[in-house]
Amino acid sequence: MSDGRDGVPEETADGEDATADGGHAATTPSTHTVRLELVDEPGQLLAALHPIAENGGNLLSIYHERGNKTPRGRIPVEVDFEATQERFEGIVEALRSEGVNVMQAGTERYAEEVTILLFGHLIDTDLSDTLSQIEACESASVADVSLAAPQGTEEVSSARLRLEARAGETEAALTAVRELAAEKDLRLVEPLTGVEA
Amino acid sequence: MRLAVVGAGAVGRSVVDLAGEYGHEVVAVADSSSAVVADGTDGRDAGVDPDAVVARKAERGIVGDGDPADALAADYDALVEATPTTLGDAEPGFSHVRTALERDRHAVLANKGPVAERFGDLRALVNDSDGEIRFEATVGGAIPAVSTVEDIEPGHVTAVRGVLNGTANFILTRMAAEGLDYEHVLAEAQDLGVAEADPSFDVDGTDAALKCVILANVLSFGAADDPADAREFTLDDADVSGIRDVPGSALRLAAEDGRTVRLIGEATGETVRVAPRLVPENGTLAVSGTQNIVQIETTHAGRLNISGRGAGGPETASAVLGDVGRLE
Ligand SMILES: NC(=O)c1ccc[n+]([C@@H]2O[C@H](COP(=O)([O-])OP(=O)(O)OC[C@H]3O[C@@H](n4cnc5c(N)ncnc54)[C@H](OP(=O)(O)O)[C@@H]3O)[C@@H](O)[C@H]2O)c1
Repeated sequence: MSDGRDGVPEETADGEDATADGGHAATTPSTHTVRLELVDEPGQLLAALHPIAENGGNLLSIYHERGNKTPRGRIPVEVDFEATQERFEGIVEALRSEGVNVMQAGTERYAEEVTILLFGHLIDTDLSDTLSQIEACESASVADVSLAAPQGTEEVSSARLRLEARAGETEAALTAVRELAAEKDLRLVEPLTGVEA
Repeated sequence: MRLAVVGAGAVGRSVVDLAGEYGHEVVAVADSSSAVVADGTDGRDAGVDPDAVVARKAERGIVGDGDPADALAADYDALVEATPTTLGDAEPGFSHVRTALERDRHAVLANKGPVAERFGDLRALVNDSDGEIRFEATVGGAIPAVSTVEDIEPGHVTAVRGVLNGTANFILTRMAAEGLDYEHVLAEAQDLGVAEADPSFDVDGTDAALKCVILANVLSFGAADDPADAREFTLDDADVSGIRDVPGSALRLAAEDGRTVRLIGEATGETVRVAPRLVPENGTLAVSGTQNIVQIETTHAGRLNISGRGAGGPETASAVLGDVGRLE
């Protein structure tokens, strides 16, 4: 039935297939969205935009989410720009080396998504601190949280978290969450990564 | 083949009952306090009468008038080891298997203890013996996990994972379906005979871990050019967490997202891990009830899935008798 599909090589995130089809994807600029976290201080936004222009990115729009702070009290900013895949990767690297926290580097092929469950005394152990600590790990950001506390906040509760990890860094992100869970005596239910149903 | 069956519980009794159907003959049976050994005076063939043994066990709690040691000394081709699984020194199962190998006889194990805890010691005994060991029944009951890995060749298998404990799987399935908590569903499982009075072995992941340790040994020893270089695994090498504290709310959150939780065991030639894991609700690994599934990841043949009954007397006996057939 699905025999044909097995022969098609899976898309790789390292850009190899981009050259295989003539190199278009590598040289044609496409639109990228990057979510940055900025400290609430003057000049921060400008400093963050520098590495984009300097590394050949063409700025399209900036969406400053004032009033909507991240768990660590930072301001999320969404930036759209055009760049080739290669330059895009350079830009993300430059941003990170400037100390700008890049929460989610857009285009699907860059991000890996992973869903986990946490349970235990989530609220007593400061859920927002737990989330910030996950955010603080370079590899991933928390894209979505659902909480179920059927017995009230002092009893065992559960949370489902959708994490977005940088390409190839899902394992690093999971390791960080594992350590955090152990530290806070929370239980973690990991997905079977790399195993499609 | 002439079989000595040591252990007359659910598995041993089924082996005694079904051996004839597979063309084998039971020449001795032992339980913890008694034994029956065919005396060869029966005229036709020298086997014990399976119905009589099973009936006597049911009525009087013993299998015969002999001493259990008599069964070990009987004239058999293969010893079927079906005494309780024990950890650490894996006794008395290990000594039963040793006795058989030292007598240059084969041993077929349903007992996980010796293969999980003392695989290296067993290999050494096999090396000095004309006998062999087989242990299909120790992993996944009726599912041919070990022999499939052997057929593919352990060097071409990168990982084996799956749902290997029917009790834990039943509990997780019911929790998700009924929105109930662990304690409720455990009581139900105990009433149905799916869980034991003390369910620790199953719900804490120990049983699944032993099976994965056995698979890790098969992968490690099977892939090594020289068995002396192979890494030996025991339960201590396994990273194990169970399902006892999984709250109903976690299963609900998983279901909202098209997922569910299964106790998944994974073995490679380097690691053994058992833990509750998130899997797609309608995915291959999300088998329901007491079903088991074994998923084999291969280098050249993709992924193989085998699901089926992971426990039960006749199911496990079918794996035991399949092993006996491979020794002929
Ligand atoms: N049940 C399954 O579905 C299943 C599946 C796979 C593997 N296994 C494994 O297969 C083995 C047998 O399982 P089971 O369910 O049949 O167990 P069981 O019902 O508990 O039966 C164990 C039997 O071993 C006998 N026994 C204990 N110590 C003995 C000794 N020193 N010498 C001789 N016999 C001894 C017991 O004797 P008494 O009758 O006198 O107490 C009993 O008949 C276990 O290791 C189990 O882990 C079971």
